[in-house]
Amino acid sequence: MKKNWWKILGALLVLYSTIAGLLMGVPRLPILHESIRNLYFHVPMWFAMIVLFSNSIYFGVKSLLSRSQYDDLKAVESVNVGVVFGVLGLLTGMVWAKFAWGEFWSFDPKQNFSAISLLLYFAYLILRNAIDEEQKRAKISAIYNIFAFPMMIVLIFVLPRLKDSLHPGNGGNPGFNMYDLDSRMRMVFYPACLGWILIGYWIYTIRFRISSLTYKQQ
Amino acid sequence: MHLANQVKQLIKKEMQLEWRSKYALNGVLLYVVSTVFVCYMSFISMPEKLTWNALFWIIMLFASINAVAKSFLQESKGRHLYIYTLVSPLALIIAKTLYNSLLMIGLTLVALAFYCLVFEPPADIDYLMYLVAVILGSLSFATIFTMVSAIASKAGNGGMLMAILSFPIIIPVLIVLVKLAKNAIDGLDRSVSLDDIGLLLVINAMVMSVSLILFPYLWRD
Repeated sequence: MKKNWWKILGALLVLYSTIAGLLMGVPRLPILHESIRNLYFHVPMWFAMIVLFSNSIYFGVKSLLSRSQYDDLKAVESVNVGVVFGVLGLLTGMVWAKFAWGEFWSFDPKQNFSAISLLLYFAYLILRNAIDEEQKRAKISAIYNIFAFPMMIVLIFVLPRLKDSLHPGNGGNPGFNMYDLDSRMRMVFYPACLGWILIGYWIYTIRFRISSLTYKQQ
Repeated sequence: MHLANQVKQLIKKEMQLEWRSKYALNGVLLYVVSTVFVCYMSFISMPEKLTWNALFWIIMLFASINAVAKSFLQESKGRHLYIYTLVSPLALIIAKTLYNSLLMIGLTLVALAFYCLVFEPPADIDYLMYLVAVILGSLSFATIFTMVSAIASKAGNGGMLMAILSFPIIIPVLIVLVKLAKNAIDGLDRSVSLDDIGLLLVINAMVMSVSLILFPYLWRD
C-alpha cells in the first residue's frame, strides 16, 4: 500500500478530471465554446507521451552502458505505451478539429509534425522486429532511439513555431494560455495532466513486468 | 594529429575504391539523369515554380538515399573487421561523413545543372541563395544518411530498413530545406532566410555530434 499510493492517486485524478472536466463550468470563448473541454483530454496525452519517451531515452542510454537486457525491455515498453498515448493524442485532436476547423485532417503543421514524430517511433519498433539476436537488438535499437530523439524535439517544439498554425496557442490564435486558462480550468487541467502521466507510467510498469517474466521463462 | 591522419587515409581509400570501380558514382549519376528525364517525359512543361522546387528535392532525396546507403552496406564483413583493427571508430565515421558530403555536393551540383537544363528555372530565382540551400541540403543528407546506413547495415537488412529509418528523420530537415529553397526561388530578401540557414546548421551540428557519440557503441560487436 505504501508503495502503491501513486497508482491510487493517478486513478483518482483521472476519475476526478473526467467528471469535473465534463461537468464544471468553462469560460465562454468564440469558436471554441464547449469544445474547450477537450483541453482536459487532449493535452495530457501529449504530456504522458513525452514523459514515456523521455523514460525510454533514459533507459536506452542506460542499456547501452550497462548492457542489461532489462533496461532494454524498459526502453521498448515505454515506447509501446508512449505510442498508444500519441495515437490517442492525435485522435482526440482530430475529433476536436472536426468541430473547430471543420475537417478531421486539415494539414495543419502541428498535426503533420506530430504524425511524423509518431512515424519515428513506429520505425523504431520495426527496426526491433528486423533483428533476431537479443544483445544486438538492444544495442542497435537504443542507438536509433537516441539518434531519433533530438529530431522529435525539433519536430514537436521547434518547427511548429516557424510555421503558421491554427492550433490554439500558435501564431496569435486564442490559445489555452494565461488569458483563457482561468482558475476554474486550472483546477481540472493540472490534475488531469498529472493523473494521465501517472496512469501512463503505471501501464508501462505492468507491461515491463509481463515482458520481463516472459524473458525469464525463455 | 593521429586522428586527422587516419581520417585522411580513410578518405583516400574511399576515393581510390570509387575510382577503381566507378560503379557507384556513375550509377548514381545515371540514376539522377534518368529520373529527371522520366519527370521530363511525364510533365513535359513545368506548370508552376512551386512544383519545380518540390520535384527537385524529391529527386535529390531518393538519389541521395541510394548514393549514401552504399557507404556501409557495401562493405563486406571481413573488410569491416580489418578496418576495425587499424583505425579508431571516430576516424571512420568522420571519414565516411566527409567523403559522403563531398560526394553529395558533387552529385547535387551535377543534378541541379542537368535539372536546370531540362526544366527552365523560374525567372526571378536568386541563384546564390538556391546554391546555398542545395549545398546545405547535401550536407544534411550526407550526415543523416551516413549514420542511418551504419545502423541499417548493422541490423543486416539493407535497403528497405534504410528507407524506413531515414524518412522520419529527414522529413524535418526537408521541410526547412524546401522552405529555404522556396525563399530563393521567390527572390525574397536574403535576410529572410537567415533563420532557416541557422536552423539547418544547428540540426547538422546536432546530428553530427550525436553520431560521433553513438558510433563507437554501434561499431564494436
